[in-house]
Amino acid sequence: MQDNYILRIKDLSIDFQTTAGIVHAIRGVDIDLERGETMAIVGESGSGKSVTAKAIMGILSNNATVRSGVVEFHMDNETSETVVDLLKMDKKEIRQNINGKQIAMVFQDPMTSLNPLMTIGKQIMEGVLWHYDYTKEAAYNRALELLELVGITDAKKRMKSYPHQLSGGMRQRVVIAIALACNPNLLICDEPTTALDVTIQAKILELIKDIQEKTGISVIYITHDLGVVAKVADKVNVMYAGKIVEKGNIDEIFYEPKHPYTWALLSAMPDLNTNDERLYALPGTPPNLLQEIKGDAFAPRNEYALKIDKRLEPPMFKVSDTHFAATWLLHPKAPKIAMPEALQNKIQRMREGA
Amino acid sequence: MAQYITKRVVMAIVTIFIILLMLFIMLRFMPGSPFNDEKLNDTQIEQLNEKYGLNKPIQVQFFNYVINVMKGDFGVSYSISKDSDISVMLNTRVKVSFRIGGQAVLLGAIIGLLLGIAAALNHNTFADTLCTVISVLGVSLPSYVFGLALAYFVGFKAGWLPLLYDEKQTFLSSVMPTIALCMFTVATVARFTRSEMLEVLGSEYMLLAESKGIYGPKLIYRHALRNALIPILTVLAPLVVDLMIGSLVIEKIFAIPGIGSLMVTAIQSNDYNVTIAIAFIYSAMYIFLMLIVDILYGIIDPRIRLSNKE
Amino acid sequence: MNKAVTLGGEIASTRKLSVEEYLDSITFEEDDFEFDNSEFISRIDADYISRSHWKDALIRFKKNKGAVFSVICILVIILFAVFGPMMSGYTYDQQDINNQNMAPRIPVIENTGFFDGSEKMLSSTGTKLVNKYTKDKIDIFYWFGSDSLGRDIWTRTWIGTRISLFIALIAVFIDMVLGLSYGLISGYFGGRVDMVMQRIVEVVNSIPTLVVVTLLMIILQPGLSSIILSLIITGWIGMSRIARAEMLKLKEEEFVLASRTLGAKSFRIIFKEIFPNIFGQLITQTMFSIPHAIFTEAFLAFIGLGVPQPMASLGSMISDGYKNFTTHPYMIISPLIVMALLMLCFTMFADGLRDALDPKMKEG
Repeated sequence: MQDNYILRIKDLSIDFQTTAGIVHAIRGVDIDLERGETMAIVGESGSGKSVTAKAIMGILSNNATVRSGVVEFHMDNETSETVVDLLKMDKKEIRQNINGKQIAMVFQDPMTSLNPLMTIGKQIMEGVLWHYDYTKEAAYNRALELLELVGITDAKKRMKSYPHQLSGGMRQRVVIAIALACNPNLLICDEPTTALDVTIQAKILELIKDIQEKTGISVIYITHDLGVVAKVADKVNVMYAGKIVEKGNIDEIFYEPKHPYTWALLSAMPDLNTNDERLYALPGTPPNLLQEIKGDAFAPRNEYALKIDKRLEPPMFKVSDTHFAATWLLHPKAPKIAMPEALQNKIQRMREGA
Repeated sequence: MAQYITKRVVMAIVTIFIILLMLFIMLRFMPGSPFNDEKLNDTQIEQLNEKYGLNKPIQVQFFNYVINVMKGDFGVSYSISKDSDISVMLNTRVKVSFRIGGQAVLLGAIIGLLLGIAAALNHNTFADTLCTVISVLGVSLPSYVFGLALAYFVGFKAGWLPLLYDEKQTFLSSVMPTIALCMFTVATVARFTRSEMLEVLGSEYMLLAESKGIYGPKLIYRHALRNALIPILTVLAPLVVDLMIGSLVIEKIFAIPGIGSLMVTAIQSNDYNVTIAIAFIYSAMYIFLMLIVDILYGIIDPRIRLSNKE
Repeated sequence: MNKAVTLGGEIASTRKLSVEEYLDSITFEEDDFEFDNSEFISRIDADYISRSHWKDALIRFKKNKGAVFSVICILVIILFAVFGPMMSGYTYDQQDINNQNMAPRIPVIENTGFFDGSEKMLSSTGTKLVNKYTKDKIDIFYWFGSDSLGRDIWTRTWIGTRISLFIALIAVFIDMVLGLSYGLISGYFGGRVDMVMQRIVEVVNSIPTLVVVTLLMIILQPGLSSIILSLIITGWIGMSRIARAEMLKLKEEEFVLASRTLGAKSFRIIFKEIFPNIFGQLITQTMFSIPHAIFTEAFLAFIGLGVPQPMASLGSMISDGYKNFTTHPYMIISPLIVMALLMLCFTMFADGLRDALDPKMKEG
């Protein structure tokens, strides 16, 4: 084993062909994920986080083209370990070797991600029966075991249920069971709790954490909710307009954020202990990715924009060995500015609360 | 489920009843009495009234009428073939019409499905464009445009197929009418299948299935097609009605001895009894088909099958 | 499964510039590191100014070649329907026993060999080319030919088109008045009202249109008014369903609730708040019902329930022409083509409208 990485994405760029023109959804993304680690990708809708996940799974829609990049995946077989570039594999190869067996995915809305015409049991068994020579009975037992693992009571009865007979939380548990059916090494959760009630959100997150402890699986969370990130992630990638703008450990991102966008995200996070009369809202909307972006994509919404932001794209400045941020504010020549005071206070409270 | 089916059956029976009532009222108020022969004197008319039960109270007459219709007795023809029993007239014609209609529905549904699936799977390619063109043409051109074109070019100019229906070559002479009739079905089914398939293909459960590693025909059949077919089922019954309308014209063009052409003749020669009998057959068939589709829908879709209330 | 596979071939080495290399490669300008949020506020405002929905739809519609062609085609047909009958010098019911079954003959174009008034006739000795104009020494022009009563087909075709367009207008009216109000009322009031109204729809809908129409025609005399009546009885259902579904969806929306809390009356809510929001859908549905209405007329004419002679409608001309379409195909071709074009164009127009107003439907 040369290193401990399971997934390394290098310089990934993806375009979408739409009737309105070409959308540059992903513009040079680098992501490294170590084995057993939990990573979060945070960003507004349309920032390209889901597209990144779909690229890893090989389920990009037909109008997507990969312009550049590598998605290195360290594939674990029982006997060997190989490194493959997922982008170079054709659909069939990915389906046969990667999907389900190596990488599995949990989708946002459990109301729509289960096939309404198939029983829960069949949907869980399907993957196992498809990939391995399980007998029906073995697959059935495996499915039962999985349902119990994800905390569904009365599993035998539930095997025969159809999706519409279950509540949202239960369905998401089923989706997780489906994802885990073939013992993947990497689990991608695309907004796994967004569509659920708040009370159930925490339970699902705990469940995933629990499973991670039991199985040592690596997890990528894709979310716009920093609250979720705080609860689960080891590392955080902040994404904006198809680019990673800041990455670091959870503490670095939450307590010492460097990028104005991360500041804005943190400021916009609701906070019970605040005395502020109003909640911070990030002004404007993300840029239109139909147009080629010159300079820093965030500049128009950035209170602290510099002149150079309009001209040149900032590189990923190194803050520490694990912490990087793409903003010209980190350049030695840039004026030293501190994050907004309200945010400083907020972070102070978070630290105390933690 | 039992409740669901019961409700549908009751609905169907009520509708049939309403139609029967309408037909009965129409018969009563139709200009001229069934025996408007001037030579008849009052006593003779009274005898006839007695014979046909026309002197009984109106509700009894209606009751008798319903019983008769249920037995397949629609009375006699007035003008097309005087005094002959309508049920006898219809007997062979129903078979011819149903055979050609059935062929057209079957052919149309199959071709439409295949076309729609091919278009959806190859979205934004040549197959898709072809499907769109065919469906726009088929939906917007009435079946007799196709019928006349076929009759003129294939039947008349080229002489490959019999121009008019020939009792000795029942299959060959049913080819052109079947094609002309099925165009609308092909177009509608293709159009609908395409949009349903596209919707299903873009659904999250398809992504989930793909992320399980399923691919190829199994993915399409098990996850896409089955889900897309349910709504397609619902357009089939109304399509049969459009087909019936088409068959009236098509049967006339190709001189097919079916109930469609008989109905046209009956309308043109004011033979109310025959018109009404055929109208009833069409309605009954439609309602029956709707019932079948509703029940099938319930059987296939667990969301209906397993729900206690509607 | 335990074979060590190398999938996807070699891993490409991508090398991006390191931060230092990147910084070295660029030249900084004097004022690069000055703050510049001059655009900050204005850009935000610019972001919120977007094209209106209708303008957007118009742009999408214009991109759809088929739909644009259809609109032009419909306009041309309308133009001919208005002016066509005045151009030929004949009236639609002017019969001329001497000039029966004349083939199309158009001035100027006749010199090219097409539309010169000759037609192939089937005779016992085979087919031969006959030109009735030269044979009988008649120096007149029937642009689309004349029918078996010696009436000018050009004039009759455009007169018939008028009827079809009139029927299209009626269909729009039925959709907009009957179907729309029925659906909106049923959806808005809900509960018991909706229950009763929907049962009625179910019953009416389960009686085939064909049956309703023919029965109606038996009671009434064939003619334009009976055709309209039968369209009224059967045409409103599709629209009422869509209007009801949209109403059910919209009436729970916040802006409607807000309006209600402010004390707006039902009538106001339906027509001021909800109606503008479903207008696009309604227009589309209306356009789809036009070809259906045109077809209904043609169908009724074909089974002998059309407008009475000598009035011409596309349906009745097709129905007449079909009787001798093997010998004189031109009699059926012009009304058939005009009707086919009308139906095709209205369908494509409706398709284009739907795609333009609701782009999601097309992207699938």
